[in-house]
Amino acid sequence: MIMHPAALALLATALLVSGMGVHAGYQGMRILAKWDIRSGSELQLELERKTYLVSTVMSNILVFQLMSLFLYIYTADSLYPLFTGAMCAAGSLNANSFGYPVLSLKVLNFLLAGVWLIVNYADNKGYDYPLIKIKYELLNLLIPLLMLESFLLLGYFAGIKPDIITSCCGSLFSHESGSFSGEIAALPHIPMKIAFFSGIALTFVSGLFFFFKGRGGTLFSVVAILTFLVSAAALVSFVCLYFYELPTHHCPFCLLQKEYGYVGYAMYATLLGGGVAGLGTGVLMPLKKHGSMAQIIPPLQRRLALVTLFCYLLFTLIASWKMYFSALRMG
Amino acid sequence: MNIVFERHLNILDFTLSSLLRRKGKNLSLLTMYLMVIFMLASLVFFVTALKREAAILLRDAPDMVVQRLVAGRQDLVPTQYADSIASIRGVNGVRPRLWGYYYDGLNGANYTIVADDYMASSPESAVIGNGIARSRSMVVGDLLPLISYDKAPLMLQIRSILPSESDLMAADLIVITSEDFRTLFKFPTGLATDLAVDVGNPKELATVAAKIAQQFPDSRPILKSEILRTYQAIFDWRGGMVVIILASALLSFVIFAWDKATGLSAEERKEIGILKSIGWSTSDVLLLKFWEGVVISLTAFLLGVVLAYGHVFFLSAPLFAQALKGWSVIYPDFRLSPNVDGYQLAVLFFLTVVPYTAATVIPCWRAATTDPDSAMRS
Repeated sequence: MIMHPAALALLATALLVSGMGVHAGYQGMRILAKWDIRSGSELQLELERKTYLVSTVMSNILVFQLMSLFLYIYTADSLYPLFTGAMCAAGSLNANSFGYPVLSLKVLNFLLAGVWLIVNYADNKGYDYPLIKIKYELLNLLIPLLMLESFLLLGYFAGIKPDIITSCCGSLFSHESGSFSGEIAALPHIPMKIAFFSGIALTFVSGLFFFFKGRGGTLFSVVAILTFLVSAAALVSFVCLYFYELPTHHCPFCLLQKEYGYVGYAMYATLLGGGVAGLGTGVLMPLKKHGSMAQIIPPLQRRLALVTLFCYLLFTLIASWKMYFSALRMG
Repeated sequence: MNIVFERHLNILDFTLSSLLRRKGKNLSLLTMYLMVIFMLASLVFFVTALKREAAILLRDAPDMVVQRLVAGRQDLVPTQYADSIASIRGVNGVRPRLWGYYYDGLNGANYTIVADDYMASSPESAVIGNGIARSRSMVVGDLLPLISYDKAPLMLQIRSILPSESDLMAADLIVITSEDFRTLFKFPTGLATDLAVDVGNPKELATVAAKIAQQFPDSRPILKSEILRTYQAIFDWRGGMVVIILASALLSFVIFAWDKATGLSAEERKEIGILKSIGWSTSDVLLLKFWEGVVISLTAFLLGVVLAYGHVFFLSAPLFAQALKGWSVIYPDFRLSPNVDGYQLAVLFFLTVVPYTAATVIPCWRAATTDPDSAMRS
């Protein structure tokens, strides 16, 4: 089933992203090995120039990753009629064992690429390239993950076989062909509601404390990441129910469809944006000590904390608005 | 915030004037880009519209069709099967259908003949599709002669011609009474071509199909959802095939774009050299190159998509129709209903703008990091 325009688009993009990533990683390794800020040699000048290339490549990768994440879900969603029993993307992603790992890797890679760009931004502000080693070591972590994602994506599209008419349909009915459930195991909604709202409240308290006092950054980051995970679980557990107005439909993908005003895009974008900024705040914490970073990182962290709070606020507002105005009432 | 915004605005302003200064080079790039997007967009629009058309057509199809297989080939179904199937719980109704194909030696076309006593109410009369009426230049009241399997002529008086809106389905259709159908094809009584089964609850379809398959091991139940699925798979596959074919065009375009971006003219090098010597930093020049890419890509993308829209929905995609529609002597003349959504545009974006951007990253960086001194000297 690779012969689908969207599958081809996704595969080509994955290939390009991996290719660009490998190039960036190679340049990164050269920089790691040969970097010497005190030297004025031609090599050092060239390496300094290469840093621009790597950061341009990485920002391209980040944008492509984010867009391909949504395209991937949307493609899975448009493929569901090909499988018996699949109702939406949840079913198509289940069509073989690669579907969900690719999705998780796409989210993880997006978060990591975002954090890398935050570190890169901080580094570029300093005059003495203080984070150069850390930055390129982080890059070496990200590139294999990008490549793994491309392989798994290829595995997913190569492995899905649509249930089309066979010469004898008896085969389709005689053995119970596994039907894909559109449902995702969901956590009980009342504890999840408590966890979600207290998570958001904690993020706000620690975020505002960090913003005004400049202390407790690590705590804020940990809370923000936990809230990111809890919010994602809450979305599946109860938030989506209010949108579908159906107490049994726990699908996180149907929110992206037209029937629900594409509200899923806003919710996932705010959640991911908040997650990247929150994670970035924490990653920057230990880097404050490096050279000129002491002046640069704190204001940047405060800005990031504000971004996290703003994104989470939007997410909570969308969710609460629907919980309040939805026709669904849960006891 | 305002300063950041103004910086972008000023650089964009500079980008536009510098693009206009090199009209020739940029226009040739834009034309190539536009053509690639136009081809791919036409393809994506066309395939999506065909898929949608198939789904609309199949909406009124019966929930399930039961065929009978003899030695793995489709054979006629005894009508007694219909009664046993009707007694399965959940089945709303079973209708034996009579239909077949008739080859007309006069124009070399195949007609689809369907028996329907309701539509063709009196013997020796017919309702015909628009395509046949056009091909044989017939009007209501004319006689359409068909040769039966006994070599005896069957004269059918045309009672009405189906409207052209139903062309996709009915261009080559002839509806006659079941009695005429049996005479025409010497069709044995007590047998039907297949059975149309209606099931009230769609969730019971698979169970009913399994029961039919169990009760009549020689039967082959086909669900509407399976037909839909097969159509979708076929159209997706055809679309993918054409994308693969167009991949070579895309690749040549990417190489062309790479080449254009790498081969900076002396004037451009000088320009970058001057910019850098008056204080532009490398990231400013990179931003300039970024905006240059955005302007070119966006213009090509919008123009290409608009042209493709006209090509597919107003002109019925003359460039692709032959490859994607299939062919027949009496081919329905149909216009696709416009249907473009964000998903198709996103697929197009990934197939065109992403490769272009990837191809120009390194050349742009190289241009941006040129040494001002050597650039102005060269």
